[in-house]
Amino acid sequence: MDVTIKIKDREGVLHEVQAPTDMAMNIMELCKAYELAPEGTIGICGGMAMCASCQCYVLNDVELPEMGPDEDAMLSEAFYVKPTSRLGCQIPITEELDGLEVELAPES
Amino acid sequence: MFTKRMITTDILIIGAGPTGLFAVFEAGLLKLKCHIIDALPQPGGQLSELYPKKPIFDIPGFPSVLAGDLVDNLMEQIKQFQPGFTLNEKAETIDKLEDGTFIVTTNKGTQHHAKAIAIAGGLGSFDPRKPLIEGIEAYEEKGVEYFVKDPELFRDKKIVIAGGGDSALDWSIFLSNVASDVTLIHRRNEFRGALDSVEKVQELKKQSKIHLITPAEVTGISGSGHVEEIDVEIDGEQTKIKTDYFIPLFGLTPKLGAIANWGLEIEKNAIKVNNALDYQTNIEGIYAIGDINTYPGKLKLILCGFHEATLMCQSVYNKLNPGKKYVLKYTTVSGVDGFDGTRKEAEKQVVKAIN
Repeated sequence: MDVTIKIKDREGVLHEVQAPTDMAMNIMELCKAYELAPEGTIGICGGMAMCASCQCYVLNDVELPEMGPDEDAMLSEAFYVKPTSRLGCQIPITEELDGLEVELAPES
Repeated sequence: MFTKRMITTDILIIGAGPTGLFAVFEAGLLKLKCHIIDALPQPGGQLSELYPKKPIFDIPGFPSVLAGDLVDNLMEQIKQFQPGFTLNEKAETIDKLEDGTFIVTTNKGTQHHAKAIAIAGGLGSFDPRKPLIEGIEAYEEKGVEYFVKDPELFRDKKIVIAGGGDSALDWSIFLSNVASDVTLIHRRNEFRGALDSVEKVQELKKQSKIHLITPAEVTGISGSGHVEEIDVEIDGEQTKIKTDYFIPLFGLTPKLGAIANWGLEIEKNAIKVNNALDYQTNIEGIYAIGDINTYPGKLKLILCGFHEATLMCQSVYNKLNPGKKYVLKYTTVSGVDGFDGTRKEAEKQVVKAIN
């Protein structure tokens, strides 16, 4: 089953994309699959919560999995962090995510 | 400051990650000498810099190997081919000479003369992530240092380090014995680092050898011509701290950098190569291997980089030895002859009657 996720890219363009729930994919990988940010500017560490290049701001109140200690620690060192910041690579795509809206944080 | 040194080699490899390191081995089997340039102070690229303690599960023959161990193994594997290293320097410019050879000059002026170039630069060279402080550029190398290149620079000086990871912790510990005054500032009370580093900082804090300010953030820099004072926001309150140096350590981020201006065909931040043949770029004699290249079906995997490195070396060999008859040799059959005079070979079988 696919869910619908809205992602605002770094140029401010809103994309409504279909995300598969059966591919063990996360939000960072979804952005890569749809090429919403240039190669080499997102998911640099490959999804280890070690670079914050997939930082995004959560725009609506869809319930997300709780933040793990690695993600929390990385966000404590990242730039442009807001209270709504999450790392896309730490949010797996599940049916609960349907309707989620996020905005990619600036590159840093 | 510029050193006028010319290093001569057969293949100049840009990038000391796993692909670049393995290229030295394959080149060595073909009697080609290699020299490697890397912007980081140690070989290994991302594996050493980002995740040395994490396992990799898809290296053929290794059910699981720590990234740092893979780098150590590669260094051991190529040792006999005596690769040269120019570390802590970035390849900046390239000149193709009339005879088809190249001169690559680094940001520190080191020159390398090579018959072929293999760009194995991964995602690019690692640059420091700079904090978002207005006007910080004006103080770079005037009190703002993103790396600790020479600890002596901070001898008997007041320094402020910002960051919450291993490098911020480790340098605070080290420099507490060098600088007159060390302040460590982090946005959180929690640090992410090796347990013994965290404990050591805790201990030094108790001994007042490190001033710990958390949760806090450096928000401004002032001084005439050199850092004299920084603005710090502690729990919403602004305060000023006098200091000689400000060392922000927020990790590194890869940038393609100067290579982007070498006239190579670039697509999606990667260098286009001919994957039907030899991973050569649009400039004859310049190859791109590993994560930095792109072609239809490209996968950014270490094991693919190893393959690409092997074919690249073969192509360079053929180019340098035109018309020479060549047959592939298996290391098990012909052994490995190092440039250092060592020889590795399979143990000879004994032909002996059993009575």
